[in-house]
Parts: sequence; C-alpha cells; structure tokens
Amino acid sequence: MTKELEDLINEMEEGSVRALARLITMIENREKGWLEVMKAIFPNTGRAHVIGITGPPGAGKSTLTDTLTCELIARDLSVGVIAVDPSSPFSGGALLGDRVRMKEISTMKGVFVRSMATRGAMGGLSLAVRDVIKVLDAFGKDIILIETVGVGQDEVDVVKTADAVMVVCVPGMGDNIQAIKAGIMEIADIFVVNKADREGSERAVLDIRLMLNMSTEKGSLNIPILKTVATKGEGIAELVTNLFEVLESQERETSWREERIREELMSLLDKAIAHHVHVKLGRNSKLDTAVKQVLARERDPYSIVQEMVASFVH
Amino acid sequence: MEQDRNIRVLMAKPGLDGHERGARVLAYGLRDEGFEVIYTGLRQTPDQIAAAVIQEDVDVVGLSILSGAHLAMAGKVIEKLKGQRVKDVLVLVGGVIPEEDIPKLKEMGVAGVFTSGASIKEIAEFIRSHVS
Repeated sequence: MTKELEDLINEMEEGSVRALARLITMIENREKGWLEVMKAIFPNTGRAHVIGITGPPGAGKSTLTDTLTCELIARDLSVGVIAVDPSSPFSGGALLGDRVRMKEISTMKGVFVRSMATRGAMGGLSLAVRDVIKVLDAFGKDIILIETVGVGQDEVDVVKTADAVMVVCVPGMGDNIQAIKAGIMEIADIFVVNKADREGSERAVLDIRLMLNMSTEKGSLNIPILKTVATKGEGIAELVTNLFEVLESQERETSWREERIREELMSLLDKAIAHHVHVKLGRNSKLDTAVKQVLARERDPYSIVQEMVASFVH
Repeated sequence: MEQDRNIRVLMAKPGLDGHERGARVLAYGLRDEGFEVIYTGLRQTPDQIAAAVIQEDVDVVGLSILSGAHLAMAGKVIEKLKGQRVKDVLVLVGGVIPEEDIPKLKEMGVAGVFTSGASIKEIAEFIRSHVS
C-alpha cells in the first residue's frame, strides 16, 4: 500500500470526514488500491447496525430518513446515510435528489449523508454498497441507514444485506400494496404507513395486515405495522423502539449472519471470476474467432462456452 | 454520453432565492450528459453546501443565484470550502450575473460563470475539460 493511501485510512479512522468521503469514492469507482483499503479496514468493522428503508417513490422515504436520523442523534447515536437513486441506462448519468428532503441532518454533527447512483452494473451495486457500509462502520457510525426504491434485483439485494428492513408506504395506494408484495414484502421486518394524517391510513394498515396474514412466511403475523407522519415527527419514537427490537432479535441468529457472509463471498467470487475471464478473453483472440464462427453459423454458442469454461478450469 | 469516470456535480441554490427552474433544467441536462448530479434544493446555507460538497466528494459545485447576492454567496461558499481544506473542487456560478461582476467572481476562485443563454452542452464541455 502506498504511503498516501495509508495516510488517508489513518485520517479516516481519526475522524476526518473528507478522508471518509474520498475513500468512499475510491471504493465506489473501484479505483486502484480499493481492495487494499477494504482489507485494511475490515478488522474495524462489524459494529454498526444497518437499517434498510425501502418503498415506492413518493412514500416519504427521504423525509422519514431525515426525521429518523434526528431521533437517533438525539439518542446519542452517530448515523451514516446511503441514499441510492437510479442511473439513467441511456446516458449513464443520474439525478440524486434525496438531499432535498434531508435538510435537517445535512449539517448535523455525527451525520454523514452520501448519495449513490445504481450505475447499472449487474450485481455491482449491492457489492459497492456493502463496501461503503463497511467504511462507514470502520469510521465509527453506530447506525447506517440505506434508502432505496427497491426496484429490481440489484436494489432488493442491497436491502437484503441490512440487519433490519422497513418498508414505507402511504395511504390510498390501493394496488400499490400489491406492487410491494413482489420481492420486498418477504424481507420486511417493519411496515410503516407514512403520511398517516391522510385519509385512509387505517385502511392501509388493514391491507398490509391482510397481506401478511395470507403469507406463508414464518413470523409474518408478528411484523409490526406502524403509522408515522414524518414531516411532523409523529410516530418516530415508536418506530425507533421497534427497530431496536428487530436489531436485538437478529443479533442472536448466527445462522442468518452466516448466510449473509456466504452470499457476500459468492458475489465477490462471481465478480472476481468474471473479471478474470474478461481480462483473459480480452488478451487472446479466441472470442473474436468464436464470434465469427457463430455469425457464419459454423458452430453454436453453447459448445463454444462449454469449451472455454473447460479451458479456464484446467 | 458515457465517460470513463463518473463525474459528480453538486447543484445548489444558496440564500433566499426561490427560483429553481434554471437549476432544475441544468440538473436534468447534466444527468443526460452522463454526470451524476446531486441536487440539494432551495435556500441552502454556505455551511450546508460545504458539508454536502465534502460528504458527497463531488468534482464540481454549481451555484445557481438569481437574487443578486452572487458576490456575497459565492464568496461565502468558497470561504467555507477553503476553511475545510477543500481545494480541488471546480466552483461554477450560474444565473443573473452582471458582466462587470464576472471578473470579481473569477478572482474569488470561481472557475466558470454561465449566464442566461448558456447551453447545457457548453457547460458539460466546460466541466469535462476542467475535471481531470
């Protein structure tokens, strides 16, 4: 590791926000040296609790994150926030607007907010977010909140890595509750009906309860459904109490932690192997030959891949 | 347009200025040019802007000012950034800026000033050529 990098890590561990932000960029971009950073900080991780916040656009996730963070800070906990927004598949650019709703916490002592674009890399997002969580953890954050719309496998994977998951909805969504069902419902530890001062909040609670009653998942009957009004801070204390209960119960389950590490190792392995294959293929002309063969319909792509895999393994 | 590295831009509206159409149009435009744009919304204090610049580790900060307070506001933001040892961020100012104030802004450390009529392409090119 270079002296520069070592200094940066030391600065971060001593509490420099700038060094923390710089390291996050490096890890997010997979810049040269990022693996060294991860290896160096790993021993200092494992203390923070990670909470996933997900739900449809407009449910008030960012505002809830803002109010929730205020409550956590008031309880003497330091908080890191990762706000995920989608990248445009066309331009590769992104508009990250979560800070607009996080004005309260933007300069609050003990809070660090970082916006991340999905960057469209298959399976890459969840790995990058996991690594950023580790840096925030090593920095000394007690609680890390990850906010994401939770659409698509990548974002669901992100939420899955959290110690506790809250799904935020609003009254009057009707069929939207059906939309939550797919993929996210199964991993919710807490449901939040935000904007509960609006008409139909009781109905929304009942809809969710009904949905949970029909579920075959173990323990789904015990999942709390809470009402909040994030803009007024209503119901936030109760939400924190419930979140802590979930975190405490999860802590006991070693098998759950093992499963998560197994998943992470498999993802890292997948990425590393894919990278290795890409580099190897990039260097020889086998791929070009194969493309021509398939184009001319001399050979089928399946046996070519089988052959290539065999050559990698040996 | 794809670029090798994702350039991150913070768009901020400092002070008591409620006109954000321009900032929004530019935020969308720069997204379509392939930048990662972090939009912070209206009425930001220099402290909030500096904190966001640092936490988000952006390459560029764009200040949109239509209130006439551009000299005071840009000055304060730059001062806050310097106070926190941030030197490698490209500071841009956009909005209603009288011709004679442009040299003053540049002297403070503003890299580029874009008034009405500036195209998104022009701003995008400026950013690309100034961010290594």
